[in-house]
Amino acid sequence: MIKKVVANAQEALEGVEDGMTFMLGGFGLSGIAENSIAELVRRNVKNVTCISNNAGVDDFGLGLLLQQKQIKKMISSYVGENAEFERQMLSGELEVDLIPQGTLAERCRAAQHGIPAFYTPAGYGTEVAEGKEVREFDGKPHIMELAFKADFAFVKAWKGDEAGNLIFKGTARNFNPNMCGAAKITVVEVEELVKPGELDPNFVHIPGIFVQRIYQGKNYEKRIEQRTVRK
Amino acid sequence: MLDKNGIAQRIAKEVKDGYYVNLGIGIPTLVANFVRDDIEVEFQSENGILGMGPFPLEGEVDPDLINAGKQTITARPGASFFDSAMSFGMIRGQHVDLTILGAMEVSQEGDIANWKIPGKMVKGMGGAMDLVGSAENIIVAMMHTNRAGASKLLKSCSLPLTGVKCVTKIVTNLAVLEVVGGKFKLLERAPGVSVEEIKNATEGEMIVPNEVPEMKL
Repeated sequence: MIKKVVANAQEALEGVEDGMTFMLGGFGLSGIAENSIAELVRRNVKNVTCISNNAGVDDFGLGLLLQQKQIKKMISSYVGENAEFERQMLSGELEVDLIPQGTLAERCRAAQHGIPAFYTPAGYGTEVAEGKEVREFDGKPHIMELAFKADFAFVKAWKGDEAGNLIFKGTARNFNPNMCGAAKITVVEVEELVKPGELDPNFVHIPGIFVQRIYQGKNYEKRIEQRTVRK
Repeated sequence: MLDKNGIAQRIAKEVKDGYYVNLGIGIPTLVANFVRDDIEVEFQSENGILGMGPFPLEGEVDPDLINAGKQTITARPGASFFDSAMSFGMIRGQHVDLTILGAMEVSQEGDIANWKIPGKMVKGMGGAMDLVGSAENIIVAMMHTNRAGASKLLKSCSLPLTGVKCVTKIVTNLAVLEVVGGKFKLLERAPGVSVEEIKNATEGEMIVPNEVPEMKL
């Protein structure tokens, strides 16, 4: 079996450097790579570009990197819950590229699947389309979008085996599977790391070929942004 | 005149048996509360669930189960989870039958602006551009005028656009309108609202039939 298991986040993030581009899974704070983010904070790598649907909150998720001014550029679809983000964006310290959520997901998927570019109707006629090639298919205008290029993808899965096969849970899945294999190195943290054979191959969401490093995370906080209950 | 719940209640009548529906944040979320219980409808949330159920009871809260508004939710029997690329495949591939979302402005051509106000903090478009770029059946839920009293139904949008020529129907606190041939067509009046009041609150060109029925809720 190809060796993918690493001991911890510290070992998993070997090779991470200033100025790199990272993909980070998660929707809001759900399904974020908590241990890998903590390690990025500890290493204090600077001038990084982060491809992530959201930018965390002030004191959790990618907000922790923002606090240390580690992020040069964010590529996201929605960044509304972070006051420090807003301050850095308005002061010009932080570059922000806002793109449609489906386009963000597909640009990950395209990178994962070796597709350099694709056409989508999302954003046609808006500022998102500025400077992009427009082409009509069946009479409907589409804009061309490019696959992402990234150095590391930081993914969170529920269960994984030592071969790198992954299973996700609930809506914590979100962008995580689309980022596996979409960067040069995919680092996955799981809540439960098991021996090969313990996951039913019929229920594997992402095959291990898309994963280079896998480790068992610890102390998951899984913070909830909008706890909403019915009586 | 309708309140937010009234708008949601009227829109719920547009939800048909067998529909897959995507609800935006705000008034659209309320629509789920008014859908008849004798029809089968599945709600999609673009962060990756089909078959979204009600909010959980206190003891059922699961941080790995949220909607696109980041609220904790439940999954109904028959629900499924999927990744973001597949979720937007459902949307872009027009597998979702009805999209309901809020707006800051709608033009008589069916253009919509709902993501950015110049000079204010921009939070992002989320999935709105993907939804309006592909969906064939888009209903906008909004107040007819803004807080300053200015019409939100315009000849052309003044704010940065989210999508062009995409809105099919608009339900406001005053009226139900559809977009036909580059004009608003007045279909129904809200209870107690006159055609005159709707005309005064609509900046865009509006077709007004001789008879405009009051909406039934």
